[in-house]
Amino acid sequence: MRKLRGIAFGVAEAIDQEMAKNAKIIVLGEDVTYWGAVFGFTYGLHKKYGRDRVIDTPITEQTFMGIAVGAAAAGLHPVVSLMFVDFLGAGFDQMYNHMAKNHYMSGGQFAMPVTVVTAIGSGYGDAGQHSQVLYSLFAHVPGFKVVVPSTAYDAKGLTSTALQDPNPVVIFGHKLLTGLPFLPFEGEEEEVPEEPYTIEFGKAAVRREGSDLTIISAGLMVHRSLRAAEHLEREGISAEVIDVRTLVPLDVQTLVSSARKTGRVLIVDEDYQSYGMSGELAFRIQAQSFGTLKAPIRRVATPDVPIPFSQPLENAVMPGVERICEEARLLAGQASREAALAQPA
Amino acid sequence: MWKPEPNLEDLRYLLDRAGLTADLSLSAFRQMCLIRFFEDGIAERYYVGKQPEFNLASGPIRGEMHLAVGQEAVAVGVCSLLDDEDAVVSTHRPHHHAIAKGLAPGPLAAEIFGKASGLCQGKGGHMHLFDKASNFSCSGIVGASFPQAAGAALAFQCAGKHLIAVAFAGEGAANHGTFSETLNAASLWQLPLIIVIEDNLYADSTPKWQAMATAQHYQRALSYNIPAYLVDGMDFMDVYRVAKAATERARRGHGPTVIEAVCYRYRGHFEGDAGEYRTQEEVDLWRLRDPITLLGARLKKLGWADDGTLEREREAAKREAEQALAFAEQSPLPEAKQALMGVFR
Repeated sequence: MRKLRGIAFGVAEAIDQEMAKNAKIIVLGEDVTYWGAVFGFTYGLHKKYGRDRVIDTPITEQTFMGIAVGAAAAGLHPVVSLMFVDFLGAGFDQMYNHMAKNHYMSGGQFAMPVTVVTAIGSGYGDAGQHSQVLYSLFAHVPGFKVVVPSTAYDAKGLTSTALQDPNPVVIFGHKLLTGLPFLPFEGEEEEVPEEPYTIEFGKAAVRREGSDLTIISAGLMVHRSLRAAEHLEREGISAEVIDVRTLVPLDVQTLVSSARKTGRVLIVDEDYQSYGMSGELAFRIQAQSFGTLKAPIRRVATPDVPIPFSQPLENAVMPGVERICEEARLLAGQASREAALAQPA
Repeated sequence: MWKPEPNLEDLRYLLDRAGLTADLSLSAFRQMCLIRFFEDGIAERYYVGKQPEFNLASGPIRGEMHLAVGQEAVAVGVCSLLDDEDAVVSTHRPHHHAIAKGLAPGPLAAEIFGKASGLCQGKGGHMHLFDKASNFSCSGIVGASFPQAAGAALAFQCAGKHLIAVAFAGEGAANHGTFSETLNAASLWQLPLIIVIEDNLYADSTPKWQAMATAQHYQRALSYNIPAYLVDGMDFMDVYRVAKAATERARRGHGPTVIEAVCYRYRGHFEGDAGEYRTQEEVDLWRLRDPITLLGARLKKLGWADDGTLEREREAAKREAEQALAFAEQSPLPEAKQALMGVFR
């Protein structure tokens, strides 16, 4: 065992180990050679596998996503880099109308083993077109598995699973968890096995146990929720923190069990607030735990505005430890169901 | 790119035909110096707080930074032929186009610093500069400029105005489908559009040979029945002569033109780029053809300026850049509450 700093190395190592075993895996995308897809997810692969298997594409998202669809239908397993998730607009038709649907529409004739790796998130001043999260958009479209690793261990295991999955999987790596030197890092160095391993999709992780309320989040927000939970503990509030790890498939059971245990749920989501992960999780949880909830489910998410550039503005919209704590205190303070209902979320 | 250097007599003939006077040339020299000092000044301040550890989130200017040092002649060669009402749609590397289009350098710099006095009150940042008064906009999404400029051209055509729209984009962006699709529409509708491709040889880290099946893009315009020119993007006068013909054609309603300008960016794709994909020798070689030095030498050759005049222009440009940067530095940041305002009118 050795220590790894950040999810980028976990993703790259998993791709490397799967490529070594499976000659059908190729890597496509912008700047995937010298720059390892800019955020390190393909770092070092071209030196080992050459430019025939690790291919810098022209700046043509629509086309290289379509090439991935065609190549997957013909038997390859493309790993495609969408450099920033914000660039999905330039290639989304091939993704949501083809990659996600062709297996279903062909009555199961064409498998679509494609793994898309993309960088998400704000917090370093990259403004409205390079800071979004958008995993809810992909989770909304039937046909994508949606993976949001928060640790290097998970990044490696979930990526290996993706590369053994015969379906389209999109891996959303948060830039502030990549561990690259030119970005802030909010994760931790952690022990990650050198040998290959997989992590089953659809298994949420309880990152911290607690009894007063449940905080559910994904990606970077798992770390901010854990830091919030430490603050809350000092105030006498015991928060359980759950990392969903995969939005599709979703481990509803673990979320519901925790909701039933604590009776209070706070969802922390870096994606835009409306019509997204926070609303969907809240629906699924209440559907199975309504009788045991002591208060309406609350949420912290990015308000429905584009991510602004200037630091005070960006800070105002990006969910932070302080906002998570505030919401948690409100939630914990709602002693009875009746009192809570009198104070709408 | 290498073109024969005209002798004095031929040079006078060429410039006379293009209507390029001493005053225009000297003013272009000053604009190019202003861009150079502005970009150098931004670079210097960008690294404040980013040393010894380089982190995109630190310092007074956050996020990615794409500077255009070396590409001044293309911007000024084209934009010096435009009026305020003519539209320019630029790219993720927009400062030189903005200054050449006549945007006030102070609010421009302030936006780059995320200040309340910025063009967009700090909401846009360096890749998202908008100025209604100069009809200038840009996008951080590669390939987005082509159709948007065509849309502006369509609006001018509909209104019966003799205005023109210019799309700037890199040679990497011209691989994008939006380039070909825009060429088709612009030719079909004979739009008053000029597409300027700044061929600086690299799309991020990807050299042209890795991403282009042809040596240049301009021939592709010919197949859509659009006149197209390959010019020396380090030579203001070469750019101007062709841009002059293109703007006249467009204003007369004779349709679109493509200008491909071969140039070079001395700095990285973004600040912090280690430049693994090219050699220092190559950068040094291109610096020998510096566009400002080249124009200065031509002005002297023509007897339109002496060393003293050039020095005075350089000093004036330097003062203007410094004033703009000082204005930006001294301006206040926006208030956090502004973040939630302005999604809808």
